[in-house]
Amino acid sequence: MKLSLGPLLYYWSREDTLAFYEQSAEWPVDIVYLGETVCSRRHLLRLPDYLELAEKLSAVGKEVVLSSQTLIESESDLKALRKLIADGRFKVEANEWGAVRLLAEARLPFVAGPTLNAYNPDTLAMLAEMGATRWVPPVEMPRQMIKDMLTALPESIHLETELFGYGRLPLAFSARCFTARHYNLQKDDCQFRCLDHPDGLVLASREGEDFLAINGIQTQSAKVMSLAHRFNELADAGIDVLRLSPQARNMQRVVDIFRALAEGDIQPAQAPAQLDRFMPAAPCDGYWLGKAGMEYHSVAHPVA
Amino acid sequence: MYFADLHTAFASIEHNLGGIKHLILDKLKDMKVCLAPVKNLLDDMSNPPLLELICPAGSLPALKAAVDNGADGVYLGLKDNTNARNFSGLNFDEKSLTEGIRYAHTKKRKVLMALNTYPQPATLSRWHQAVDTAASLGVDAIILADPGLMAYARKTHPQLRLHLSVQGSATSYEAVNFYRERFGIQRAVLPRVLSLAQVENVIENTDVEIELFGFGGLCVMVEGRCLLSSYACGDSPNTFGACSPGHAVRWEQTPKGMETRLNGVLIDRYADNEKAGYPTLCKGRFEVQGETYYALEEPTSLNSMDMLPEMARLGIAAIKIEGRQRSPAYVAQVTQVWRAAIDAVKKDRATFKAQPAWQTALAKVSEGSMNTLGAYYRPWK
Repeated sequence: MKLSLGPLLYYWSREDTLAFYEQSAEWPVDIVYLGETVCSRRHLLRLPDYLELAEKLSAVGKEVVLSSQTLIESESDLKALRKLIADGRFKVEANEWGAVRLLAEARLPFVAGPTLNAYNPDTLAMLAEMGATRWVPPVEMPRQMIKDMLTALPESIHLETELFGYGRLPLAFSARCFTARHYNLQKDDCQFRCLDHPDGLVLASREGEDFLAINGIQTQSAKVMSLAHRFNELADAGIDVLRLSPQARNMQRVVDIFRALAEGDIQPAQAPAQLDRFMPAAPCDGYWLGKAGMEYHSVAHPVA
Repeated sequence: MYFADLHTAFASIEHNLGGIKHLILDKLKDMKVCLAPVKNLLDDMSNPPLLELICPAGSLPALKAAVDNGADGVYLGLKDNTNARNFSGLNFDEKSLTEGIRYAHTKKRKVLMALNTYPQPATLSRWHQAVDTAASLGVDAIILADPGLMAYARKTHPQLRLHLSVQGSATSYEAVNFYRERFGIQRAVLPRVLSLAQVENVIENTDVEIELFGFGGLCVMVEGRCLLSSYACGDSPNTFGACSPGHAVRWEQTPKGMETRLNGVLIDRYADNEKAGYPTLCKGRFEVQGETYYALEEPTSLNSMDMLPEMARLGIAAIKIEGRQRSPAYVAQVTQVWRAAIDAVKKDRATFKAQPAWQTALAKVSEGSMNTLGAYYRPWK
């Protein structure tokens, strides 16, 4: 099982972001995804910065992938996308079909990101034929469906499967910025308030139940998806890579625990106790089990 | 050329185009070429649609209400999760669909079938059958979101006109052109996230017809890119065809007020003087940093009528009215008003003004009785 560090979904200061990736060079992850996937207004790091980071990380043996923006709205978004693809040194994760079109046109191999909505083997096979070498299922896709997808693929197709396995789930994208809205600011004058919320801004029900997390135009789960306790179920479903989504603190601890799981140094049943204090919120695993995403079923209490 | 002659000139061009069209069709007939797709294409070229009024039909009575009140076309779906309004008591079986198509076609109106959820491996054949049904019953187009399903439709029924659903989340011309090149889609419905300037940029860079939402329930999220519902209750629009589905909803009168829940999560609580709304989860009141408010979106309806002149200028092919889950009375009312508005804007763009009586009629049937221009108006974002 390979481990990847997913694209940073939040907006951190330039110093914090650079420090995070410098440290990540030392972490036991195989793949690092770089780039801004959420908001085109976030610009503390630009493509040359990401490329410089990419060179450094690749020099220490990491596979580097550049992630494309998920919601493309304007011509300048498209310009940025074309630049990202034109560089050509690193593989690109396509997060919408415009990127797929440009990558296929350039005959470049790519990673099919989770928002391409590959829900069936026909679409997945098409992505492979267009150059996808790896795919990330939609984050809501259950274990059984992933298995069905891979079983139904023609044998001639070889695709790695990467699952979103740890972090607040990216659930929705909007044209509206909910962080700016919270501060009664216009999106065009948002004052970059996302910088104040390095793990998102929690939205709770009126009876105090943490429900979602606001991250600019993205809405995430308040709970942290974690499959640490189900690590031994992954290979059977055909998962080749587990994606760990960056969080502001203790990310190295999180990576270390998943590495220990991959090496068999700790058992899945032991993982939650070790992971718990390094998580920004309570865990959930419902999607993997084909249930409501916010549910959590510990392995000590099997699902009925 | 004198200005007085312009009308005559245009009429002559149109007339000649019609002639050329028939020449091409006759030639192709001699060559035994499958004519339907060519005919569709030539029809589009010689007579590009402008501001067609496309209305929701959740049932046969709603379909008839739309047709009788002036819709150019209706859109509908089957009674299962192959479309994004999978609610019980709604939609069509083969018998009502046959009757609906007959009714609409007799009055020269179009029937578009939405197959706009994402097929899944275990039940893929259900979507394929739905495409076959649409083709065999003679719908005028199918509205799809999934590329795999488009490939199936293209291969199996090459004559069938394809529209890209809003659920396909295509917000740029690069994405729209992907579906055009690959599957020959003829129309794309854009997500309700772009400003009109951004819509214009799409139009300038594609020859796909563009359809926009004009009125009705407003998704604040990019359609096809929202999993909030499955996070809360297991079913999402992408796979199940419904957001915040009825089976997960609970209404309960409590000492604190009427409470609405989705799979146990409190979505909203209403004081006695407030009208309780359906717990669509993005339209609930939540607490963020100690402040309780509509953190994502107010329970408002989209109403873009004020922008009709601009939409006419951009050459928007069709305006879609949301609301397959609404009553035939809603459909009749909204269709009637929008028919009048579109006729007025086509007659004279410069002097068009949404009449107060129209807005009053629409406000009566709006969700939450409030209207917004949504993302078409940039400060909304």
